[in-house]
Amino acid sequence: MRTPTHLAAELRLPTNWLDYTILGIYFVVVLGIGFAARRSVKTSLDFFLSGRSLPAWITGLAFISANLAATEILGMAANSAQYGVYTVHWYWIGAIPAMVFLGLVMMPFYYGSKVRSVPEFLLLRFDKWAHLLSALLFAFAALLIAGVNLYALSIVVEALLGWPKWVAILVAGAFVLGYITLGGLSSAIYNEVLQFFVILAALIPIAALGLKRVGGWDGLTDSLTASHGDNFVTAWGGTGIGSANPLGANWLTIVLGLGFVLSFGYWTTNFAEVQRALSAKNLSAGQRTPLIAAFPKIFIVFLVMIPGLVAAVLVPKIGTSTSGLQYNDAIPYLMQELLPNGVLGIAVTGLLAAFMAGMAANVSSFNTVFTTDIWGRYVVRDREDAYYVRFGRLITVIGVAVSVGTAFLASSFSNIMSYLQTLFSFFNVPMFVVFIVGMFWKRASMKSGFWGLLAGTTAAMVNYFVLYKQDIVGIPTDQGANFVSAIAGFVAGAVVMVAVTLFTAPKPAEELQGLVYGTRSPGMDEPPAKGDDAWYRRPALLGWGAIVLAAACYIPFSI
Amino acid sequence: MAEQFPHEGEHRPASSEKDLQREVAELQNQSATAARLFDIRRIIGGLFVLYGVIVTIAGLTASDADIDKAVGVNINLWTGLGMLILGLLFLLWLKLRPTEPPEVTEEDVREQK
Repeated sequence: MRTPTHLAAELRLPTNWLDYTILGIYFVVVLGIGFAARRSVKTSLDFFLSGRSLPAWITGLAFISANLAATEILGMAANSAQYGVYTVHWYWIGAIPAMVFLGLVMMPFYYGSKVRSVPEFLLLRFDKWAHLLSALLFAFAALLIAGVNLYALSIVVEALLGWPKWVAILVAGAFVLGYITLGGLSSAIYNEVLQFFVILAALIPIAALGLKRVGGWDGLTDSLTASHGDNFVTAWGGTGIGSANPLGANWLTIVLGLGFVLSFGYWTTNFAEVQRALSAKNLSAGQRTPLIAAFPKIFIVFLVMIPGLVAAVLVPKIGTSTSGLQYNDAIPYLMQELLPNGVLGIAVTGLLAAFMAGMAANVSSFNTVFTTDIWGRYVVRDREDAYYVRFGRLITVIGVAVSVGTAFLASSFSNIMSYLQTLFSFFNVPMFVVFIVGMFWKRASMKSGFWGLLAGTTAAMVNYFVLYKQDIVGIPTDQGANFVSAIAGFVAGAVVMVAVTLFTAPKPAEELQGLVYGTRSPGMDEPPAKGDDAWYRRPALLGWGAIVLAAACYIPFSI
Repeated sequence: MAEQFPHEGEHRPASSEKDLQREVAELQNQSATAARLFDIRRIIGGLFVLYGVIVTIAGLTASDADIDKAVGVNINLWTGLGMLILGLLFLLWLKLRPTEPPEVTEEDVREQK
């Protein structure tokens, strides 16, 4: 993912009172949800995990929305304008298998063990050192990403609407702060569900009009083949090992780096995502959360890729200094060119909603990890539950304040911020290796979790900052370097875990019940809720259905 | 849904799996989300009906310039109608399958006394 650090100033949208009315209504509804959700917060579990009581369709749409932040939408459209149809890999191989794995294989352990966060699982499976390290890494990364999101929002808003950066940062920060402090995770999730539909209402007209403008799908592919070559409109063309392609990655690094390590790291251990599934009302709903999210994920790629490809046709020099337009400008450019007032307001609202939801997902997962995993366990223990609700609200205020500060800092160090964001894109990978080894190998010792996490994080950083940035090894692009860093972090983490395990004591078998593959926890024996045995609610069917559908989607782009 | 965990010993933070599961199960029994959280379908339905009406009207009164800009499509009209239908579908769903009243837990009974 990339941060839109520069957006052309001439992209100012011709917004009028109608568009601002639509935007204003949205802001009112967002805060209204916060106020209305407030009365449902009674315990800390209500505030941090919606009392583990939400239905699957809500948690599923929130799961996809938490990922569908504006940096993702603008970034993936930019990817498409730059690399072409290769973008589908981020969705079909780089998301669906991991989401299905989370739902079918990992959720029984996550949900059944009743943990409230991803680090808490590591506490049970390994020891407090693995727990503390993962909680600190996550809290730090979540705030930073929230700040980067806010900064990206201010750039886009300044370019499109003409608001000064600080106004946009403070307004968006205040609204996110307001609705999360009031209603906790429930209001974050409800707003994400609402945002999902607004985003669709924004992207569908852009993609449809864009396609019409360039003469339909055939017109689009013909123009791109003529200007960018055959491989630009295929998924795998030019990805043979040794052959050059704009992505700078071959099929092996795509499958292993993106499809396995990066994507499993993001989707299965990033708490901002997993939290949505943990708030579901029972194990079946928890399992179905990522599976329900997988189906929109398969098709959303068209809504972000088509605008990117259309921009590449309409502005052949996009991304170079001669055109004045960056790759990140693809969607804003089409909004300016094609949308009349009215739909334009919907599109602006969708974009702002996506920025705020991306930030809110990080803030709502940060306050949970900071309160339950750091503060409540290592600093102030054993207080009454109401204290932790109050503390959760307070830390939300502090977290948003820090994000706002980060966003202001980012405007003076924008290069550093984009590096850091890249770094965090593979930050989850060491966490994933610790999880996967810990879940499937019951001999993995208590201490191996901490050392594996530390070694994997260090290896990924060294590869990216030293080997790649200092040009010690030649990798053609940032994206290619991401994939290799992820693989390096994975391998280093796994090797260190095995080595440490050989010399340290295993965890007693009775403490591993429900945490390691092949054991069961009491939570898994919950009887299915009424209606959950319906065929369309069966996790295995949903999961395999999503895999088959994603694989089928590859066919027209591979022949 | 309430698991039966014995309330033995003093309350201390979870250091083992059993303690943690008991703590979470207790909190889940006292949780108010299921009982008090409103139904989001009402909000989605209401907002999309409102947006649908506004954008449809913008479509009905669209100028030639608006239509030319959108490659000859009255995009406000189509988007507005689409949003209106989505909003109505959510309200219809809510009417056909209203929010299920939550099961009454021990906690609720105790609170009402």
